[in-house]
Amino acid sequence: MERTALEGIKVIDFSWAFAGPFIGAYLGDYGAQVVKVESHSRLDITRVTAPYKDGITGINRSGCFLVVNNSKYGITLNLRHPRASEIIKKLIAWADVIVENFGAGVMERLGLGYDELKKIKPELIMLSATIQGQTGPRSTFAGYGWNTVALTGIGNLTGWPDRSPVGTLQAYPDSVVPWFGVVAVLAAIDYRRRTGRGQYIDVSQYETTCHFLAPLLLDYIAHHRVAMRAGNRSPYAAPHGVYRCRGDDRWCAISVFTETEWEAFCRVLGSPVWARDERFASLQGRKENEEELDRRVEQWTINFAPEEVMALMQQAGVPAGVVKTNKELFEDPQLEHRGYFQRVEHPEIGQCYQQAWPITLSISPLKIRPAPCLGEHNEYVYTQILGLSDQEFVDYLDMGVFE
Amino acid sequence: MLSPYRALDLTDEKGLLCGKILADLGADVIQVEKPEGNPARSIPPFFEDIADPERSLFWFAFSAGKRSITLNWESEAGKDLFKRLAKTADFIIESFPPGYLERKGLGYEVLTKINPRLMMASITPFGQTGPFKDFKAGDLIASAMGGMVCCTGEPDRAPVRISADLAYCQAGVHAAIGLLIALSNRATTGQGQQVDVSMQASTVRTLHTQLPYWEYSNHIVQRSGIRRFRGGVSTQEIWPCKDGFVSWMFFGGAVGTQQMRLMVEWMEGKGMAGSLAAEVQDWAALDLTKVSSEKIKSWERVIGDFFLAHTQKELYQGALEKRIPLTPLNDMSGVVEDEQLAARGFWVGVDHAELRTNIRYPGFLFLTSEEKCMPRAKRRAPFIGEHNAEIYIGELGLREDQLNFLRREGIV
Repeated sequence: MERTALEGIKVIDFSWAFAGPFIGAYLGDYGAQVVKVESHSRLDITRVTAPYKDGITGINRSGCFLVVNNSKYGITLNLRHPRASEIIKKLIAWADVIVENFGAGVMERLGLGYDELKKIKPELIMLSATIQGQTGPRSTFAGYGWNTVALTGIGNLTGWPDRSPVGTLQAYPDSVVPWFGVVAVLAAIDYRRRTGRGQYIDVSQYETTCHFLAPLLLDYIAHHRVAMRAGNRSPYAAPHGVYRCRGDDRWCAISVFTETEWEAFCRVLGSPVWARDERFASLQGRKENEEELDRRVEQWTINFAPEEVMALMQQAGVPAGVVKTNKELFEDPQLEHRGYFQRVEHPEIGQCYQQAWPITLSISPLKIRPAPCLGEHNEYVYTQILGLSDQEFVDYLDMGVFE
Repeated sequence: MLSPYRALDLTDEKGLLCGKILADLGADVIQVEKPEGNPARSIPPFFEDIADPERSLFWFAFSAGKRSITLNWESEAGKDLFKRLAKTADFIIESFPPGYLERKGLGYEVLTKINPRLMMASITPFGQTGPFKDFKAGDLIASAMGGMVCCTGEPDRAPVRISADLAYCQAGVHAAIGLLIALSNRATTGQGQQVDVSMQASTVRTLHTQLPYWEYSNHIVQRSGIRRFRGGVSTQEIWPCKDGFVSWMFFGGAVGTQQMRLMVEWMEGKGMAGSLAAEVQDWAALDLTKVSSEKIKSWERVIGDFFLAHTQKELYQGALEKRIPLTPLNDMSGVVEDEQLAARGFWVGVDHAELRTNIRYPGFLFLTSEEKCMPRAKRRAPFIGEHNAEIYIGELGLREDQLNFLRREGIV
């Protein structure tokens, strides 16, 4: 069997909702053994949020849960049960990495703070992901990813300058923090491999997303200039927009960065007279006359399907791309070529897709298993991994520890 | 954290963040630039608005902490030097069009023979192989082709992107992840490998529920302005207030309705709850999916008036006290002046002696209990070829006259 890159790395995942669980999914897909700890009394919010497969409500049927929990073993454990600590000790002793995303201080109150857990396993790596970090006056802020869209400025940076900002549909920082979380965990594992030392990692949605916006932040710090939402425009390219095409609400994006691309763009349009106008001869001129430019471009694109615009532009070496709907992503030949949508067999909802990642590795395989049903792997994890005898397993079960 | 490792960074804007992350984590990251400098140095804004390759804030932001050498890898002597460098490297990061390095005789197949432990990440708009591999794309095209643009914006205008080049950053982080996964594998097998990163796919990965919305219920998710369809109901997320905008969601499901009770109490305290308190006895028990959209909108008008009567600061402060998930829509000034980031010591001063200034940068990637691992920029971004002598003479062992010869030949 092909060796997975993260084989032998053991992760306990206490996280829920979106931002935390992605970390374990990424690690699990590349071979780490990831155990997701849930409870019946406090269901993961993503288990009880639409969309449900076939529109049928059910805790194992939500796409929200499935999309962020692939390749994990699912166990249930009532952390507040008096006997739960015996199980937790075994879990921690087994694990290399703990991931959690409760509010700051919650793990401590549960007796699961890093200082406590380190006593069980001195070389433990633990990562806490929150909106605003574990320290500071806002550390106890309880919010959602869309709150970070607002805090980071992404909300304000999205939309048209003459209208209200619109923000993003999906809470963008919910994606960013887990990616940095994976970086942190993998770097910490390598550091531990060399030094034997574990560490506690405090990663914040707000801060990690700020790194994506660094040039705009520096512009404010250096010049007190505040970046503004600009529709689809870019300060260093023109045309740079999303243009209406033939059909019902169909669009194609085009971006022209260099003079070579501009010349090629004009040729695709059949070298019209207006494009030879002095005002459009340089990037600066095109920026100054961008409204007219955009109108001209759209007068041309409206005659074609977006796929035709993309093909004509790309053949000429001009960056262009169809504005794809969620439906069209499933039909995208490039994503299919990359194996981006992986078909798996889920025990309750049957065949469904799990998404791969934006990377492919030339040697290390990706092995995606479907997200677990609630408590699906209790018996396996408690008896095979933690080594409880069948009798012990039944006793804990009867006491309600696994609820 | 990664101090034993070296990376050669050949990327332009599409991949710079990967090397920045590795440098923050302690790796020795060497930006290898053509003698005329990295193309990303021409990206605005520029320090004091003077367009100059040593003044791009984009370059500053994503190359801080790296070193720089110049090298013309088109020449035979340049190729040889690159191979010598590759022998000393753990990682190579590049963002050329697929096949470019192979054509130059510096593809992974060649380099891995020199250094089998080498790991190489290639960042492109769509990937190294496949029907779109030769397509060109910047941030906007990758965001459109990755499904993000479609569901952003207002129905009566074109869909929009986020007005910042975030797809480049997405690709950069995933390249770093891929290299660290490869590093983990190498620790056991001793063997390096290639990582192929797609900007398009990195955008798809930000969509979360949009994909199951099609897969499970054939629902095409469209742009909806300031409203969101969450938990089976469409409600408003972005609201104007007295001096700007705030973000707050009145959404469906038990979690969403609990905080509504707190909001109504707050409004009542200000005498601004209108009929809200009387209309619903128990917000936590309310099934929002059973409420008509007209009714929801009538409630939203009352809430909207409450927000309009208060400033961002008043609303954020009140929300923090009452534990309501409401936040201001900051602009960059709000982020830079935010007291939470300041209290965490997030900003780090970076010296730009040559510009006679010190600029505060976003600091650590994350905080860690292991003090010497703290991942943040250690120095300003390098000038073009700033470390030529240091690296070619000091580390590769070239003689000064050899380096001078390479300089005269335009190789360095």
